Amino acid sequence: MEQLINMVLLTLLALITFGIIRVRNLFAVVVLTSAYSFLMASVMMVLDAVDVAMTEASVGAGISTVLALGALYLTKTEEAEPRYSPLLPAVVAGTTGAVLIFGTLDLPPFGSADTPLNTHVGADYLARNMAETDIPNVVTSVLASYRGFDTLGETTVVFTAGIGVLMLLKRWRKAERRED
Amino acid sequence: MRLDTILRIVAKIFIPFILMFGLYVQLHGDFGPGGGFQAGVIVAAGIILYGIIYGINAAQRAVPPGLVEAMMPLGVAIFAGVGIAGFFTGRNYLDYSNLMHGDMVHGQHWGVFLVEIGVLVTVSSTMLAIFYAFAGRGRE
Amino acid sequence: MTLFEEIAQHYNYWVTILLMVSGLYIVVAKSNMIKRLLGLSVFQTSVYLLYLSPGKILGGTPPILASEYSVYANPLPHVLILTAIVVGVATLALGLALAVRINEAFGSIEEDEIVPVIDREDHAA
Repeated sequence: MEQLINMVLLTLLALITFGIIRVRNLFAVVVLTSAYSFLMASVMMVLDAVDVAMTEASVGAGISTVLALGALYLTKTEEAEPRYSPLLPAVVAGTTGAVLIFGTLDLPPFGSADTPLNTHVGADYLARNMAETDIPNVVTSVLASYRGFDTLGETTVVFTAGIGVLMLLKRWRKAERRED
Repeated sequence: MRLDTILRIVAKIFIPFILMFGLYVQLHGDFGPGGGFQAGVIVAAGIILYGIIYGINAAQRAVPPGLVEAMMPLGVAIFAGVGIAGFFTGRNYLDYSNLMHGDMVHGQHWGVFLVEIGVLVTVSSTMLAIFYAFAGRGRE
Repeated sequence: MTLFEEIAQHYNYWVTILLMVSGLYIVVAKSNMIKRLLGLSVFQTSVYLLYLSPGKILGGTPPILASEYSVYANPLPHVLILTAIVVGVATLALGLALAVRINEAFGSIEEDEIVPVIDREDHAA
């Protein structure tokens, strides 16, 4: 049952992706991307990644939709007719996909517990967590404590990207007066 | 947006609950899904909703851009500061085990709590600053 | 093993790869910059799926410890992807801001229209 729900959601995800490729009106594309993010959040729920699902639902479907609409308001909403034939990119993408799918055939089956990934570091965190931090949500304790450096770096990246956007878009008052 | 009475009323009712939910996600992150990243985005989304419905000027009166820009580095500073506090308790950078006088579990609780607040401050203010930057640009 | 089980074993990876090459196709084939950024975020979400799929254990629960459960999903990919999502939206915003500035400078966000203008300016200079 779990697998069936997972597969249905993934199929819907794949269908929406075709819409994102085909549709030329960018407003429609942004709305499709928002629906895509919600479906992705549902898939993440099925994959037992509740923290990630919550983040994807609020970030992907919420904030990034607002930002993309804001950018569309400031630019243009219609994509131009393609000038070059999409044949070459399609062949490149198709070949890459075929090679990658060939690679997946050797991967361990979905949902198995005895893979290397699930028996080393992750299991170690699960085993040590309660004695060392007493925080039931392992994702929080790994995020903030065991891998605190990582999170500090990510927070700094968010901060830096915010500074970058401010430098590009914010109208500083002094500069405005000089222009007048 | 002047005439959209339903939107305005519903937004007014919803925004306190969105902000409350953000705080819940932040403070309950140890026991359920949630944490600083999600809470920061939810809090920012509440204020962005206010900005979309009532206009950017109303939102900037409620949460001034100067405050938002000051909060962006403040969160990183809180995070890095908690890391430095680890030095003064005789441990490594970002090791919270000694924060509460040798009680390791208690120290970890405090460390995680403070670090998550740092993440909340930076993420919520950055999202809001980005929204202000896009909304304040206007069509040329 | 039935056909369904055979497919279900690798279906996640196949859809991941489909999303990945779709993102790649959009980035390579389209000339509109906002469309490209959205394609890039499709690519990015496919990587989230690539990380999360192997961490799932059938019959398991989310990694929130409780005495009633014993099988949990692997928490490590969750942590990595959680931060990657927030960083992803921050960088997407940076890209959109660049697109807005390019539109102000050139009056277009189509690469096919901007590149000739830049070439002409280079010749003039």
